[in-house]
Amino acid sequence: MSARYFGAAVTRVEDPRLLTGRGRYVDDMEFPGLLHAAFVRANVAHGRIRSVDTSDARGMPGVVAIYTMADFASIAQGPMPPMAPHPLLPTPITYHPLAVEEVRHVGEAIAIVLAADRARAEDAAAAVMLDIEELPAVADAVLAAKAGAPRADSRRPSNIAATMKAGFADCGAVFANADHVLTESFDIHRGGCHSMECRGVVASVDPHSDVLTLSTSSQSPYMVRRHLASYLNRDESQLHVMTPDVGGGFGPKANVYPEEFAVALAALKTGRPVKWIEDRQEHFVATTQQRGQVWTLDVAFDNDGRMRAIRGHCVHDNGAYAPYGLILPATALASFPGPYALEALDLTVDVVLTNLVPTSPVRGACRPNAAFVLERLADRIARHLGIDRDEVRRRSFVRAEQMPYLTGMKARDGSPISYDSGDYIAALDLVLDKVDAAGFEARRAAAAERGKLLGLGIASCVEDTGLGPFEGASVRVTPAGKVIVSTGASSQGQGHRTAFAQIAADALGVELNDVTVETADTAKFPLGISTIASRIAVTAGSSVELAAQKVRAKAIAFASHKLEVSEEDLELEGGAVRVKGVAGLNVSLSEIARTLAGNAGMGLPGGMDPDLAATAYFNSTALTFAYGANACEVEIDPETGDVRVVRYVVVHDCGKLINPLIVDGQIRGGVVHGIGNALFERMIHDEAGQPLTTTYADYFLPLASEMPSIEVHHIETPSPRNPIGVKGAGEGGTIPAAACVISAVEDALGADAPFIHLHPISPQQVMKWIEASGSQSQEVAGTP
Amino acid sequence: MSERHLSFTLNGERREANADPRMHLADFLRHGLGLTGTHVGCEHGVCGACTVIVDGAPVRSCLMLAVQVDGCTVETVEGLAKGGELSPLQQAFANHHGLQCGFCTPGMLMTLEAFLRVTPSPTEQDVRIAISGNTCRCTGYQGIVEAALTTTAAKGSRP
Repeated sequence: MSARYFGAAVTRVEDPRLLTGRGRYVDDMEFPGLLHAAFVRANVAHGRIRSVDTSDARGMPGVVAIYTMADFASIAQGPMPPMAPHPLLPTPITYHPLAVEEVRHVGEAIAIVLAADRARAEDAAAAVMLDIEELPAVADAVLAAKAGAPRADSRRPSNIAATMKAGFADCGAVFANADHVLTESFDIHRGGCHSMECRGVVASVDPHSDVLTLSTSSQSPYMVRRHLASYLNRDESQLHVMTPDVGGGFGPKANVYPEEFAVALAALKTGRPVKWIEDRQEHFVATTQQRGQVWTLDVAFDNDGRMRAIRGHCVHDNGAYAPYGLILPATALASFPGPYALEALDLTVDVVLTNLVPTSPVRGACRPNAAFVLERLADRIARHLGIDRDEVRRRSFVRAEQMPYLTGMKARDGSPISYDSGDYIAALDLVLDKVDAAGFEARRAAAAERGKLLGLGIASCVEDTGLGPFEGASVRVTPAGKVIVSTGASSQGQGHRTAFAQIAADALGVELNDVTVETADTAKFPLGISTIASRIAVTAGSSVELAAQKVRAKAIAFASHKLEVSEEDLELEGGAVRVKGVAGLNVSLSEIARTLAGNAGMGLPGGMDPDLAATAYFNSTALTFAYGANACEVEIDPETGDVRVVRYVVVHDCGKLINPLIVDGQIRGGVVHGIGNALFERMIHDEAGQPLTTTYADYFLPLASEMPSIEVHHIETPSPRNPIGVKGAGEGGTIPAAACVISAVEDALGADAPFIHLHPISPQQVMKWIEASGSQSQEVAGTP
Repeated sequence: MSERHLSFTLNGERREANADPRMHLADFLRHGLGLTGTHVGCEHGVCGACTVIVDGAPVRSCLMLAVQVDGCTVETVEGLAKGGELSPLQQAFANHHGLQCGFCTPGMLMTLEAFLRVTPSPTEQDVRIAISGNTCRCTGYQGIVEAALTTTAAKGSRP
């Protein structure tokens, strides 16, 4: 077999449909008798529900029903099950499908209105009268962690939901004999997510079978099935969950949401199909957000710039609920020590409840936070010692000859973390070469002539990808000789159908357009987990390869029996098993599939099992570590404080590339997400927890006019940990990007400017720092 | 609310339909006429996913009432491909990976379609400004920009 498609930049099989308006997203689905839902949501960040008066709203035109949680008592009640139970959270902190007694953030759903169309549902939702006794709210995690702070959740004794620790070796000993110790604090903003398609779900009940079907804009349809089945006390066979086309995920759609449960309950209660489509304002107040954290860290290092140990503390803004357990703060800890070969590490994270929308993983989860603090510390060391930033990294990184490298950290299951492969210094050297770091000072001088401040930033990262245990796949050849690949892994635009088709087509010697890929439908594939954590290429991609190879072996065995030719003399090409070097002697896959589909009264040849098909679950037992080195140039207008990223270069190693077109797209989109984090995206709440940025006029997403072209270079170090040698690529663009941009801004502002401790940064702050550096001040840049 | 009668041209065909006076054009196209290729991303006129062409100009169909298209010519993404062939711009989007999830794509295509008709030889910066009212969360915009520039080059209209 030769790889004809694996590694080739083939255009995506998804595209013709999506380009011609034939995509099918959840709001494109119509059902006879469909009811449209709108939610009545909390307008205060913390309060006790006194009453929900629906009397006016119920009589409005087109309104069919208005329900609160009490109305569903005969079907189900109580809080939702936790998606990721954790021993540190003995009492899970999950929503009710509709709030009961207390609301804990603005936007929490209280009642569901069902009407003949959405406009009427919204009219009626606005006419529901809420009487909520306002309780003290806390919107800032650092304040919330202090003794005497208002409690975000009246049931709990403290806002500190859990304290997590991670580390290795004896930090005290290393700090005692290090040449230098510095202490820095960092403030990383929470931000939103903003897939261009908001969330949405439609639920219907088949009156004959009683099967409840949900089509949902989700990264985790199988988790929706699992937890909703448990909540409704239904067998999973009575629950069918599928995802149609999904307009972007980036993390928040991996959660199982209260609205999905409420819509399912409403469909069961009314016996009619119910659809809810989130609008953008709801997305700002009801879809989970990014990653607000405040870190205080000590770093120990030597005269030569070698970073030796880090210890410190983080306050993690969890928001009001922990539907996803402690996964998000856990990713911050798991991202250490990054590319650095530290001798010791000692970290503590306080997971703090606030009266804000919960945070959960968004593109990179808290890995960008870990990269930000590590890369900032490396820059800080360089500044302190007066050596180049890249020198600190060269002297501190894990070296290629140390691979596989035991970091000292432990995985979620307690096993030791070991970096599988890679050359972090080579990646840094390559990116410095590609960005022409040697010529930078000349470019800086030229920019200065134009009255602009030019800065060069660098940042590296290591990313754990391929999170286990599995996503499975089945591969089946139909009697027409077409190949059907089915997997539970849901897709939100990553081009899974193309990538999986490439793998299967190579294994079976068929054309790309002979392969159809079905994803994320519980009626078509039995098990699935989630499309998260840059894991699908490794898990599902490997399963497609294993299943396709089983099918290949079966086809060869069949042909060997039929043609009486030894298996070694057979190959798959052009949709048939052929005898090598003998033209015309072959058996088509179509014939094999037809024969193995069976005929009444006829035995199968060679005693073979029925069906030209196989299923595989690649068991991803060890993480595989992608890495990257980024460099960028920013230009600052000292008159306005405007920062423009004028150049961005990525060197990335995610092992073997299945499709360079798709991987480059993942990297570029990820970088832009990180540039947004660094410069634009600011989700502002007032002290009472009221969101102040709930439109795109107030919350700035990165736009084409502000973004640079992004140059991507790959190093391909095959991962030894899966059969196709791949590592994940979905988040490696985002993880170092904010750190890289901030490094460049600081470099542009000059050696006398304050050390930058936070993002996003604003033009107003940049102007203050320019003034501060002009006055030779060493004040710390921190408060917005 | 009494519905109003509308008569207009949609993707080259004469259409007659009724619409509620308060229904916006995007909802009318999607749910009134079943043309679900036009997407709704923010419903406040910023993200551009709902962009369609009305009388030759790109408009936000979430900010325009359906009744306003009475007597107008409306073009949507469904009208771009002719005879089962992708338009040059659509094909360029595929070639340059100008789409991932596909949700912003119809709005991007219609914005660029209108832009390239009046600006046949744009620079990269022209294209970036032209789509600065269309938000994409997946691609980082680069594939979209390259697709637009390639399309103009293929037409032989770029210098």
